[in-house]
Amino acid sequence: MTSKHILGFALGLGAALIPRVSSIQAQTTSGQPSAVQTTSKPQTSAPKAAQHYSEGERVFAQNCSRCHTAPDGFSPRISGTVVRHMRVRAQLSKHDEQELLRFLNP
Amino acid sequence: MLAMLCAVRHATAQDTPLLSGGVGFLTNTNSGNTTYSPTIQPLLAAPIGNHFFVESRAVLSEFFTPNSDGQPGYDHSHFISLAYLQSDYIATPHLTVVGGSFLTPFNTFNERLSPIWINNFQDGPLIAGVGAMGTGTGVGGELRGSAISRNKYSIDYVAYFSTRSGNEQFNSERSTGGRASMYLPDSRLEVGVSYGRLLQGTRENFYGTHVWWEPKDTAFRFRSEFARGHHAQGYWIEADYRTQAFGGLNSWIGRIEPVFRMQQTFRRDTIVSDSLPLVNTQRADFGLNYNLPHNTRILTSYSRQFSSTGDHNIWETGIVYRFLFPTWKGK
Repeated sequence: MTSKHILGFALGLGAALIPRVSSIQAQTTSGQPSAVQTTSKPQTSAPKAAQHYSEGERVFAQNCSRCHTAPDGFSPRISGTVVRHMRVRAQLSKHDEQELLRFLNP
Repeated sequence: MLAMLCAVRHATAQDTPLLSGGVGFLTNTNSGNTTYSPTIQPLLAAPIGNHFFVESRAVLSEFFTPNSDGQPGYDHSHFISLAYLQSDYIATPHLTVVGGSFLTPFNTFNERLSPIWINNFQDGPLIAGVGAMGTGTGVGGELRGSAISRNKYSIDYVAYFSTRSGNEQFNSERSTGGRASMYLPDSRLEVGVSYGRLLQGTRENFYGTHVWWEPKDTAFRFRSEFARGHHAQGYWIEADYRTQAFGGLNSWIGRIEPVFRMQQTFRRDTIVSDSLPLVNTQRADFGLNYNLPHNTRILTSYSRQFSSTGDHNIWETGIVYRFLFPTWKGK
């Protein structure tokens, strides 16, 4: 088996699977919690708090979990440090930093 | 007044310095020779006041390799290095000034994916050295931040200058460069370009581009990079996937993570000024990882590398635990 065979096989397999995977996921994940909710957060009833929660969740999903999976959990004593580290490393805006901090400390 | 004090105490408590990182045991079988490597990569991060932040990552590895010439037993060597040690000053909502020893911001692998608790494979891509300016670390300063952040798109940037340093722990080359990325949240698409110029020795330019895509509501990720120097160029594409169809990501099936990476390098001439192979090379990496509970991952992969100097197999296995905790208990 040559490199051309492997490359052709891999690209063909990828091209065939990606649309299938996306369609399956779109069907199965509607209404399911997203990946970032592995760190369970208490739900709040206040609409404003819920809005912050979802905004912070969006920031987490779009910036943090783009590179790595969420840790199983960590002490609230370091949440500010984690967020500041993410601000520098992921180049978050000030607004996103604040929303992320609210998400980690509802 | 009491409320203010409580708030300050609460805020201070959130800013306790943290110790994070990864510890793992890795094996690599390349062309039949197996290397065993226990390794630890601790990361320390400490905020100082409201604007300053200090962070550092180190690498401590031990390598056990079989003795050559058929002799029984193993030889061993160790590697200890400071990956970076930088202080950050958050000057404005759009600007952070970084000083010290920092990871070279060229493409994405060096800054984002190189920690063992993040990378899907044990080893980096073949082109990881292009634009990394030798050590992958610069000594000098960086300007970085979020230029624009809107609901529909965001643009971030980083520009750096590094001086030449011969210090054992802070080795760097005189260089400059930067990166700009645009992210589209609706389509979960990131596109970026990088530029670097080596200001000593071969004095060459490096160009790079990266494309990341993570379709919404899926655990599918696509990452790719292209890098070009004066004497060589190459690319890698990587896709990984976890299914949520059978009980979510935390089910035993959802924890399985197949990964595929394809990479090619092309040498444009025989002048060697980068870490790319001396001949054109193709490599396919097939990985199968398992994400255990408690921040532990099992990494396995098989790679087949093709070049005119000979084809060979690379087998890798490893287990990596990611830790993250405060440096002291606090209140």
